[in-house]
Amino acid sequence: MTESYDIAVIGAGPAGANAALSAAKHGFRVLLLDEQPAPGGQVWRAKSAAILSAPATPESRAGKALRAAVRDSDVHHQGNTRVWQIERQSAGWDVHTLTDGQTAKVMAKALILSPGAREFVQPIPGWTTPGVIGLAGATALFKRDLLLPGNRTVVSGTGPLVFFVASEIRRLGGQVAAVVTPNTRRDWLGVLPAMRGRPDLLARGALWVADLMLAGVPLLWGHSVTAAQGQGSVSGVSVRKLDRNWEPIGGERGIEADSLCLGHGLIPNVEAAQLAGLPLHLRPELGGWVPEVGADGRTQIDNLFLCGDGAGIRGAAAAEIQGKMAGLNAARHLGADTAGAIAELQQSYARAARFGLAMTKLSQPRSGLSSLTTPDTVVCRCESLKQSDILAEVASGAGSTNAVKSGLRAGMGPCGGKYCQTAIARMIAAAHDRPEGDIPPPTPRPPLRPVPASALAGDFDYNDLPIPKPAPL
Amino acid sequence: MTDHYDIAIIGGGIMGCASALQMAAGGMRPIVLDQGDLGQGASGVNAGTLSLQIKRVKLMPYALRGHHEWEAMGDAVGFRKTGGYTLAFTEREVELLHERQKLKAEAGAPITFVSNNALRAAEPNLTHKVLAASYCPEDGYANSSLTGQYFRGRLQDAVVPYREGCPVTAVARNAQGFELTTAQGSIWATRLLLAAGAWLKPVAAMLGVDLPVNARINTVSVTERMLPLTSTVIGHATGLLTMKQKANGTVLVGGGWQGRGTPQEGRGEVMAETVKPNMALAQFALPALAKARVLRSWTGFEANVPDFYPLAGALPGVEDAFVLGCVRGGYTIGPYIGKLMGDFILGREPDLPLFDPGRDFHED
Ligand SMILES: Cc1cc2nc3c(=O)[nH]c(=O)nc-3n(C[C@H](O)[C@@H](O)[C@H](O)COP(=O)(O)OP(=O)(O)OC[C@H]3O[C@@H](n4cnc5c(N)ncnc54)[C@H](O)[C@@H]3O)c2cc1C
Ligand SMILES: Cc1cc2nc3c(=O)[nH]c(=O)nc-3n(C[C@H](O)[C@H](O)[C@H](O)COP(=O)(O)OP(=O)(O)OC[C@H]3O[C@@H](n4cnc5c(N)ncnc54)[C@H](O)[C@@H]3O)c2cc1C
Repeated sequence: MTESYDIAVIGAGPAGANAALSAAKHGFRVLLLDEQPAPGGQVWRAKSAAILSAPATPESRAGKALRAAVRDSDVHHQGNTRVWQIERQSAGWDVHTLTDGQTAKVMAKALILSPGAREFVQPIPGWTTPGVIGLAGATALFKRDLLLPGNRTVVSGTGPLVFFVASEIRRLGGQVAAVVTPNTRRDWLGVLPAMRGRPDLLARGALWVADLMLAGVPLLWGHSVTAAQGQGSVSGVSVRKLDRNWEPIGGERGIEADSLCLGHGLIPNVEAAQLAGLPLHLRPELGGWVPEVGADGRTQIDNLFLCGDGAGIRGAAAAEIQGKMAGLNAARHLGADTAGAIAELQQSYARAARFGLAMTKLSQPRSGLSSLTTPDTVVCRCESLKQSDILAEVASGAGSTNAVKSGLRAGMGPCGGKYCQTAIARMIAAAHDRPEGDIPPPTPRPPLRPVPASALAGDFDYNDLPIPKPAPL
Repeated sequence: MTDHYDIAIIGGGIMGCASALQMAAGGMRPIVLDQGDLGQGASGVNAGTLSLQIKRVKLMPYALRGHHEWEAMGDAVGFRKTGGYTLAFTEREVELLHERQKLKAEAGAPITFVSNNALRAAEPNLTHKVLAASYCPEDGYANSSLTGQYFRGRLQDAVVPYREGCPVTAVARNAQGFELTTAQGSIWATRLLLAAGAWLKPVAAMLGVDLPVNARINTVSVTERMLPLTSTVIGHATGLLTMKQKANGTVLVGGGWQGRGTPQEGRGEVMAETVKPNMALAQFALPALAKARVLRSWTGFEANVPDFYPLAGALPGVEDAFVLGCVRGGYTIGPYIGKLMGDFILGREPDLPLFDPGRDFHED
């Protein structure tokens, strides 16, 4: 019972949903898969069904419009569906899914990957204390559940997200104890020229900052939270000034708070692209290791397309346009005449990408960032491994992320290494005095998401198992 | 950098490392070269089953001695002697199991058949659909992902140099021995041991020798941590299931189901169509596994020649060159056959015979 489509799209954020819509307009059968219930991705995440009404925000409006567009289109959207395996076949792609505890296979002639990004958090002492959450992760709380991280929150991290999160907390009635960002006002002045192409987005950012200043929220530029205090829950955080390389300098001061939002930028989700067969290259300005992808979403594999933050962190506005181009290119690969339509999008994409890359640059880690992690700081949460454990393994000769993973199980837990490998790779590079580009992430292994054994086994009759001939005696 | 070694070993898997240690102990100066990390080939990704019940009859004496080596390595490689059961679910499998285990027991493996009651007492969570089960108290497992870490330490202790990220791309014969072209410059050695696992064919081809090496692409899967479900190594009469729960609670499932790819193209690929029946078989044997989430599946390349016996001896036609690989159940047997190989190169008489790489492969 394998369903067959012209195009399968993995990820229904701004990139994937627009890719699907663009391709469907040309008459192709398009399947749009996402593990979330409704389209919208990270940025335009839908509210939980339990929440009946809430004031509109630019995010909720854009999300609503996108969901309506998908609903009114011929795109077949399938939510609550995790893609766990991708296999290239001679005639196209096999996409293996998990929905409600059941696995299924769909076939598609062309595949569009738009899996978005995940958050990077440089581990600091106390970051595993309940009450500490990711900066980007916090936005999911607001959008889906209209929840706050706590009563009095320190918001700390790089790029624009720190201001968005702080102003959302205020809008939802919470108290922001302080905004702490490694970026300086000079860093922001430096990216202004790139932001002028999108005055709308620039104005929104300015509003967040103005709101915080008017409310008298302390804005600590060029600072970082260096530790979270508290047993069982956060009681306060320590803050230090940073030098230009983000190395902490000067004394520590305390801020009382019951919660902390902490984040240091986004990392493209590249595992699906790796399983599909694309090699990775280190591009720090795009957020880390990424496959080679054209601005229009094409890759070195002619029926594989990649768009959005999964191709490099350029933000939602660029994701939307690159998604359209990827969808049009997939349609073109299948015979539609879309060259003109693609060309028309190039300029607006370039503007949006320029804006997005300037934001990414603010989060690009500098050499001092790693020193926020102390020997006793847990780096791999799944296996409770401290920095000192990892450094000892590296000192004994482990010179790759694969070797550290094998020796210590760092990255073998349920998160599959998504949250520790970037920090570990930097530790290896620093210890062996090698460029970060020499230390790629570990070999990707399916499933992309954990799959229950019962779902893999499915309903089976023992006698139907395809048991091959036994090995020679 | 005109270092000259007594022997250069191409391949830092279990075969290359175990041989190197034996030769160093015997007074030679070896160097181990690996294109990746030590123990990241088959030796680092295999299922780690140290089971006599799934060994070939003719290799049983090697496997028995291999077991002693693993016992000596102990905790450092995650060794556990748990005993193991091999299960049959159909009449045909019962027949197969009896026929096979009888020959293996005759070859020296302490295998017995156990009653259903005894099986249930020992492994209460196994399915009640077992028609016959054999038991071997010697069976157990090691943690193959520790192979690289373990041998890195042992080589350092023995002051044996090794180079990781050092593919050998050409080999030239000259009066003094061999000159190896590698990604890290040239290396000279009097002798050469090819221990390149599934990559033996292209490596031997550098010396103009055609070895009929094929690769199987075996799949292994692991679950998240579970409460205790099973305490021994569980196998299936056909050999198509191996399963054990590690001390940390994760359950490792193997059995030689095939992925796709070739060693030359890089890592192999897992195929959903074989992971699924592999997990179905595992769940059939251990129904409580249904609830476990599979976190990772992977493949590794297991080398063989047409008769499925090892290549262990002199490389045909090239003086001072040797080859060791293609050992079925090679993780179990590796530490021992590596020693034999070391002895052979040291000029000693090995305790058990080696396997002439120059033989006619279609005899068996
Ligand atoms: C937690 C988080 C919050 C963010 N919040 C904001 C914000 O508030 N404002 C902002 O400007 N930017 C935000 N960003 C940045 C964000 O990445 C946007 O730039 C934008 O969402 C990118 O769009 P996209 O379509 O490329 O990816 P996304 O919007 O991330 O969409 C990708 C989608 O793919 C799905 N997916 C991925 N892998 C699989 C799989 N294997 N199976 C099934 N589905 C899969 C995900 O569920 C997701 O819905 C956030 C990022 C993160 C990680
Ligand atoms: C998935 C799987 C499961 C298995 N399960 C079991 C089991 O449960 N029990 C058991 O006993 N056996 C098992 N085996 C078999 C066992 O793993 C192998 O027989 C054994 O590890 C082979 O060791 P090796 O050293 O010959 O090969 P490998 O470990 O593959 O080592 C060969 C090395 O050579 C290197 N190399 C290759 N070409 C070059 C070059 N040109 N230059 C430099 N270096 C090079 C490679 O990088 C590699 O590290 C399994 C095998 C696999 C693949």
